[in-house]
Amino acid sequence: MLKKSPFHPRTSTLVRAQTWRRWAGYQMASAYDPHPDREYAAVRSAAALFDVSPLHKYLITGRDAARLLDRLITRDVTKLKVGQVYYTPWCDVAGKVVDDGTLSRLDERTFRLTSADSSWRWLHMNAAGMEVAIEDLSERLGSLALQGPLAREILAALTPLDLARLKYFRVARTTLRGIDVWVSRTGYTGDLGYEIWVDAASALPLWDALIEAGTPYGIVPAGVWALDTARIEAGLIMLDVDYFSAHHALIEARKSTPFEINLGWAVSAGKGPFNGRRALAAERARGAAWGFVGLEIAWPSFERLFAAHKLPPHIANVAWRVSAPVYRAGSQIGYATSGCWSPILKKQLALAHLKRPHFAPGTAVEMEVTVEHRRMRADATVRALPFFDPERKKA
Amino acid sequence: MSAERYDAIVVGGGHNGLVAAAYLARAGRKTLVLEKRPLVGGAAVTEEVFPGFKFSVFSYVVSLLRPEIVRELDLPRHGLQILPLESTVTPLDNGDYLAGWADPDETREELRRHSPHDADAAVAFGRLMHHMAMAVKPILEMIPPDPTSLSPGDLRGLLKLGKHFRSLGQEHFHALHKLMTMSSADYLDEWFEFDPLKATKSASGIIGTFLGPRSPGSAYVLLHHYMGEIDGAFRAWGFQKGGTGAISEAIAGAARHFGARIRTDAPVGRVLVKNGRATGVALTSGEEIAASLVLSGLDPRLTFTRLVEPRELPEDLVEGVRRYKFRGSSGKVNLALSGLPDFTCLPGRGPHLRGAVSISPSLEYLERAYDDAKYGAFSRRPYMDCILPSMIDPGMAPPGQHVMSIFVQYAPYELEGGWSEAKREAFGDAVVETLSRYAPNLPSLILHRQVLTPADIETITGLSEGNIFQGELALQQLFFLRPVPRWARYRTPIEGYWQCGAGTHPGGGIMGASGRLAALEILQRPR
Repeated sequence: MLKKSPFHPRTSTLVRAQTWRRWAGYQMASAYDPHPDREYAAVRSAAALFDVSPLHKYLITGRDAARLLDRLITRDVTKLKVGQVYYTPWCDVAGKVVDDGTLSRLDERTFRLTSADSSWRWLHMNAAGMEVAIEDLSERLGSLALQGPLAREILAALTPLDLARLKYFRVARTTLRGIDVWVSRTGYTGDLGYEIWVDAASALPLWDALIEAGTPYGIVPAGVWALDTARIEAGLIMLDVDYFSAHHALIEARKSTPFEINLGWAVSAGKGPFNGRRALAAERARGAAWGFVGLEIAWPSFERLFAAHKLPPHIANVAWRVSAPVYRAGSQIGYATSGCWSPILKKQLALAHLKRPHFAPGTAVEMEVTVEHRRMRADATVRALPFFDPERKKA
Repeated sequence: MSAERYDAIVVGGGHNGLVAAAYLARAGRKTLVLEKRPLVGGAAVTEEVFPGFKFSVFSYVVSLLRPEIVRELDLPRHGLQILPLESTVTPLDNGDYLAGWADPDETREELRRHSPHDADAAVAFGRLMHHMAMAVKPILEMIPPDPTSLSPGDLRGLLKLGKHFRSLGQEHFHALHKLMTMSSADYLDEWFEFDPLKATKSASGIIGTFLGPRSPGSAYVLLHHYMGEIDGAFRAWGFQKGGTGAISEAIAGAARHFGARIRTDAPVGRVLVKNGRATGVALTSGEEIAASLVLSGLDPRLTFTRLVEPRELPEDLVEGVRRYKFRGSSGKVNLALSGLPDFTCLPGRGPHLRGAVSISPSLEYLERAYDDAKYGAFSRRPYMDCILPSMIDPGMAPPGQHVMSIFVQYAPYELEGGWSEAKREAFGDAVVETLSRYAPNLPSLILHRQVLTPADIETITGLSEGNIFQGELALQQLFFLRPVPRWARYRTPIEGYWQCGAGTHPGGGIMGASGRLAALEILQRPR
């Protein structure tokens, strides 16, 4: 039996076509409607409500909490202010990424770490000899992501918190219609949005309050399909899709460093010792062998491949997650790991790993596409990520 | 004469004029758009008619906008954002309803409830319409060649067209021919048996046209509404975030990005012509602006008889334009509502409120609505296409309140005795009264009502006789005959004076193809 999120009693009645999927051992909705179009549209036009409870969540407290986390992650925890959130990867000693997630500093000695994969053992291995308590809150906390241009208006109807002062990547404790919550100005959509962390016992009243306050603003419960399209547009990577954890990869070639998955910006050059520091310093000096970039597939070329069969171009309304080879001048120079039709940009997009020196923005490449059972190549251009970056995201 | 001189001036900031300007500017031409109203868009405008309530005042949904324009002008970057319009619900007189939902399986089951035959036929019909849209697509992207001409350009076009038609195969070519000539009701009779389904589908065949569903030629108008393409899916209709004005703003944004200048509140009085050549324009204010090219985005009547002296033109052209049919047949009612209408057939809040509600209970209902119009009255029981934009884009109305957009047909431009304020209100009353038969709480929700007759559409936008397509989509005024024979390739007899509005091929709807093709034709010629 897969686990059920604390919001399951509400979400399960909404999944009209029984489109469920697994996410970190949970049974979660792919979409509530048979198709995700409206759920996706809400992310970019109104507000979408995602149940993101399957994220692993750890509360790390004590005198050495900051020390532990500074050893763990690639960003400088000594610079993380109370009420601030980092998005960060963390690595093994060889500098290969283990996982990525957010780290919130709730007070001087209290942190909350989220991760895609279970981090219990890794946290304890790193905490040896430190005065620190690690609590797994994964099942005790429910999490919702309220994402979209009207997310702020909806929360404002429920909370005494001055949301104008809760800046991008900041977190605060407050109440939503009297329910004790933590609210962070974060998300996985590249849009204006919040994530809300609540005791599982209060999950249902919180869901109801958000739906009620959100209805006049067009709130739409949304599932993983809509989230997937939004995160690709936002150029956000996904564990086990775009990269593999160094702890799970069966072969060395499947591991990536932060520089190789476009997270080089999150590797501190000046901080104290941390996992992978030496390897990453060396890589910084010599330059990464791989780049993780966006690909924009040229529509006329894509359309021509279909027109040869008298077909209109096929556009899936769900993002794809299969590996597609990428070529330049006839040789394979990398592979795309996920992609989608972007309804807001009206473009075919993909996220791809490309070998040096082929990943400079503007480079013309070709990506494999299957057209009428035949493997063809469509023209594509390398783009810097994110593809979609509205001002309101940080405003 | 003002000191500034332009390569091209576009008269009229409707969406086609803006598209033409954007393409010219993109090619490096110094371009100016002159719009008489304080905002661009023509019939694709969003206005806050009532405080807090925004309306797509005239044109209200989008499907036909050419994907190549979206791509080439990168309109998403300038604000194009199309939201899904999910369903069409037709309330029936027996209290039941007919629905087309977002999901094809749900739609098929819904149809099966009314007619198992039609449920299957709809799938086959959809397949044929797909082929028809594929068949028409290259024509939409083509500068129309004249079959009687021997010029190399025309011959090349004809050859391309001939090859294309041959490639369609017999079955599809014959189907296309039938669609070009039949009435939509006759055509649909060949496919379906459930009358409300035929009525609802045939409604696409009368929109913007002074024809009934049983009038020959209406099947083409039906096809015209099937050839839209959103995200690669034919026949998909959507709602632009912020209303249709935001589409115009996006195109204007692209035009400005490429360097075009856009002046609003700048009505053009006439095009300056010297020795048979356009030399610029004169605003009604008296200001004159020089340009090497002048493009008119206005309809053929204004283009050929208002902006220039008809004596500059050959008599057969003037005569052709005089005979060109406008015959505006539709009106628009925009309502600000304090809450949601409650439809008797589908009570409460449901997905139907995020789609279209079509008042088309039977073919006879539509044909009778046309009968009223034939004899000079507005329909007492009109065809209506209603949407609640605020249910799709909550920004259109204050939270919890709503806007309702009602396309109404028939409202003849040539009303017996002419349109007056009293008749406009009586028309608005007929609309609300008819709708309230299906949603009884509607009258109690109305905070504000804007009623637009074809005469109002003409007064506000300039569209002659209030025709939303700049002239009917009738076979005798399509393709190489649009607007008139010999002058279908966007040019005019006046050197340097061009047409780029929907009165040229392929015409009507927020399509932009006329503006793009006109610009491409201009850019093909040596400077």
